[in-house]
Amino acid sequence: MADEKDAKKQSEMSRRKFMKNTGYVAGGAIGGGLLGSLLGTNFLGDNQQTSPENTNEENNFNRALMYFTKQSDFDILRAATERIFPEDDNGPGAIELGIPFFIDHQLAGAYGHNDREYMQGPFYPGSDFQGYQTRLKRHEVFDVGIQAIEKQSQNDFNASFVDLEGEQQDEILQQFQDGDVDLKGVTATTFFELLRSATIEGAYADPLYGGNGNMEGWVMKEYPGNYMSYIDEIEEEEFIEKEPKALQSHISS
Amino acid sequence: MATELDKVEVVTVGVGWTGGIIAAELAKNGVQVVGLERGKPRDTEDFQHIHDEYRYAIRYDLMQDLSKETITFRNNRDERALPMRQLGSFLMGEGLGGAGVHWDGQVYRFLPYDLEIKTHTDEKYGADKLGDDYTLQDWGISYDELEPYFYKFEETTGISGDADSMPQSAPRNNPYPTPRMKETPVTKRFKDAASNLDLHPFHIPSANLSEAYENPDGQNIQQCQYCGFCERFGCEYGAKSTPNVTVIPTAQETDNFELRMNANVTEVLYDGDKANGVKYVDLQTGEEFIQPADIVVLTSWVMNNTRLLLNSEIGRPYDPETRSGVIGKNYCYQMRPTATGFFEEEKFNTYMGAGALGAAIDDYNGDNFDHSDVDFIHGGVITVNQQGQRPINNNVVPNDTPNWGQTFKSESLKYFYRTLTVGSQGASMPHRNNYLSLDPDYTDSNGYPLLRLTYDYTDQDRSLHAYLAERSVEIMKEMGADHVEASEMTDHYNIVPYQTTHNTGGVIMGDDPETSAVNNYSQMWDVDNLFVIGASAFAHNGGYNPTGTVGALAYRAAEGIMQFREENGQLVQGKKNTKVT
Repeated sequence: MADEKDAKKQSEMSRRKFMKNTGYVAGGAIGGGLLGSLLGTNFLGDNQQTSPENTNEENNFNRALMYFTKQSDFDILRAATERIFPEDDNGPGAIELGIPFFIDHQLAGAYGHNDREYMQGPFYPGSDFQGYQTRLKRHEVFDVGIQAIEKQSQNDFNASFVDLEGEQQDEILQQFQDGDVDLKGVTATTFFELLRSATIEGAYADPLYGGNGNMEGWVMKEYPGNYMSYIDEIEEEEFIEKEPKALQSHISS
Repeated sequence: MATELDKVEVVTVGVGWTGGIIAAELAKNGVQVVGLERGKPRDTEDFQHIHDEYRYAIRYDLMQDLSKETITFRNNRDERALPMRQLGSFLMGEGLGGAGVHWDGQVYRFLPYDLEIKTHTDEKYGADKLGDDYTLQDWGISYDELEPYFYKFEETTGISGDADSMPQSAPRNNPYPTPRMKETPVTKRFKDAASNLDLHPFHIPSANLSEAYENPDGQNIQQCQYCGFCERFGCEYGAKSTPNVTVIPTAQETDNFELRMNANVTEVLYDGDKANGVKYVDLQTGEEFIQPADIVVLTSWVMNNTRLLLNSEIGRPYDPETRSGVIGKNYCYQMRPTATGFFEEEKFNTYMGAGALGAAIDDYNGDNFDHSDVDFIHGGVITVNQQGQRPINNNVVPNDTPNWGQTFKSESLKYFYRTLTVGSQGASMPHRNNYLSLDPDYTDSNGYPLLRLTYDYTDQDRSLHAYLAERSVEIMKEMGADHVEASEMTDHYNIVPYQTTHNTGGVIMGDDPETSAVNNYSQMWDVDNLFVIGASAFAHNGGYNPTGTVGALAYRAAEGIMQFREENGQLVQGKKNTKVT
C-alpha cells in the first residue's frame, strides 16, 4: 500500500511538472478534462470523474475483468506490464494507465480470439521470417505465458513473480524475450512480443479501450489525439502543444 | 448447385481503383457493367470516427479478413510455405473502394526508363549487367503511348502537384490539376538540404487535395485538412481521392452499372478458348451464382488476380525450374532503405500531416544516375513524409536502446517529435526464384487453394538498399540531425513487420506472348475476352508508389475493352505473332 501511495504522489508530481512546462494554467486556456487529470480530485470538486484517482479506480466500472478468471493471473499480468512500461519521472506506468484492463478486455474479444486471422491447420513451427505459427489463439498464449512466468519465477527465485524485485522481474521477462523458456504450443518470444506490443497499445490507444487512462499516455507523449484539422497550423515552425482530445468528442448525443 | 443469372456484357471482379475506373468509363459509354465486390459497402459517412489508431492502424479494421483468405509464404523453394496468419508486411484491401480507401495518395508516373528497362539496360550497360537470373522485360508500351492515360487518372483524381519542380521525373504534357500541398518546416528542411547537395527536390504529387476540386465527371473532392490520418484510414472529409468519391459514383450515376456487394468470386469460367463469366458466393447467404458475361475483367488486387487465374486454370503457370509459363512470374516488392535523424534540440509538429504530404528527389531513381560502377540497376525516389505520426506505431529510439522498460519509455517519449526519416522506395527487379503459385496444402474458407508466395531479397536488392541508405544518410546529415542511423536489411525478407503494400507482378504485361500474360491493353494473350488489370501487370517494380501507373493502365484497358467490343480478337499483334497454347 505504501508503494502505491508513493507511486501516486510521484505521478501527481510529474503531472504538475507537465502542467508547469506546458503553461496551460498560466495561459488560462484550460479544458476541464485535462485540468482534472492534472490536478487530481479536489480541484474541481468531488463529482468530477476526470481525475485519475476516480477514473482509474472506484468510479470506472470498466475496470473489472472480462477475460481473466483468477485475480492472481491478472496480478502477474499487471506486474509484467508495469515492468515493460513503468511509472517514472515522465508519468504513470502500465498499472495506473489501466493497461492490464485494456489487455484483459482485448483478450475477451476479437483480438484474443484471432477472429480476423487465418487459424486453419496444419500448424508447423515456422522460420523467423514466417510469423505467428501456433494453433493457440492469443488469449491462450497469454494463459500459457502467464503461467510460465510464475513457474519461472518460482524456479529462479523461489517466489511468486508479483513479489520479486523489479530487477528480478526484468530478468524473468528477458528470458522470455530471448526465447530461453520452453512453453507448450508457442515460443516464449512470441508470447513476450505479444505482451510487449499489447502493453504499448494499451498505453497509447484511445482511452475508449480502457487503457491510456485519462489520456495520460498521450499527455506524456504530447500527442493531441484526435483533432479534425491542422490546416491552419501545419506551416508553423514552433512546436504546438495541444490539449489531448479523445474519440468521445466525436459522438453526438 | 449454382444459380445461373442473366448474361451481362461486362463483369468486373473487385471494385477498387481498377474496377471503379472500368465501371465508370464503360458505363458512361453505354456499356452494361456488373461489379462484384466481396466486401462491405462504405463511404465518407463511415469515416466520422476514423481517428482511431488502434482500431484502424493496429487491428486493421479496413483490411482483408484473413480468417477467410490469406496467402502462404516461404523464402525459397526448399522451404515449406506457411500461412501469413496475421497481416504484416503488406495490407490487402477488402470492401468497396478496396485498398484505394486506405491509401496515402502519393501519385507518381513510372519513368519512361521503367517501361523499356530491358532494352535500355542492355544498350547502356550490356546484357550481363545483372546476370541471367533476373527476368527483366520491357512492358510492351512506350511512355509516350501511356502518357495520356496517366493524365486521365490525375485529372479524375485531381492530383495536387508542382510539375515545374520535377525535371527528372516522367515528362508531362499538362500541369497538375491542382497546386501542390502546403510547404511545412519538414518539407522545407528536406528541400533545402537536397538543394545544398545539388539535388532536385519537389513536392510529392498528392491525392490529398490542396484545394476543393471538381473532376471532369462532375465529382467533388474536398480540401485536405492535414489531420494526420490517411494511410490505413478512410477520409472523413472526402478530401482524399478514392474510388468511392470519384469513379464509383460516376458509374453509379449512369443506369448501366450494377454493384453487388458481399460477392466473392471463386472462379473464372473458362472453356479453353474464352471466358464465359464468373462463379461467386454470396457471403451473406452462402449461395453460389454463375454470372455469365461477354467480357470478364479481373480488377482485384495483385495477388488475387494471379490466384484467380491459377485456380481457374487459365494461362500457363510459371515454373521456376524450367522458367516456362507466365502466370505468377516476376513477382516484385520494394526495398525500404531509410536514414533516421535524431534532433536533440528541435521538435517537429509531426502529429500533423497527410498521407501524401512530403518532399522528394528523383536524382537516384531509374537511370537518372550512372550505374556503370555499381552492381545494380534502377534506384528509387527518396522522400521525407509528414503523414501524421501516431503514438502506438511510432516509438523510434536509437538503435542501442532496449525495446521495453524504463529506458525505452523515456527515450521513446523524448524522441517522438525529435526524429525525422528520409527513405526510399527501392525498385525491385524480377528474379527467377521470386514468384507466385498455388499452395498444395492450405485452402481458403471456400476450399480453394491459397496463393503461395516464394520470395527473398536478391543481390541486386542488397546493393541497391545499401546505396540508397547511404544517399539518405547524406541528406539527413545535411538536414542537421545530431545523430543519423541507416536501416539495415535482414538476412531474409521477413513477412512480419509492415514494409509496403507495393506488391507487383504475377500477370505481367509485355509484347511477347511467350514471356508475358497480357498485352498493353491488359488483355490476356491466351483469352481474348479476359482483361486482367492492376499492379499484377507490372513487369518489374519501380521506385515509386504504384497507383498512378495502375490508374494509367486501367484507363488504357478501358479504351481497349471499348475497342474489343467493336473488333473482337487480339487488340495487339504479339511479337511472336502466334498464340501459345
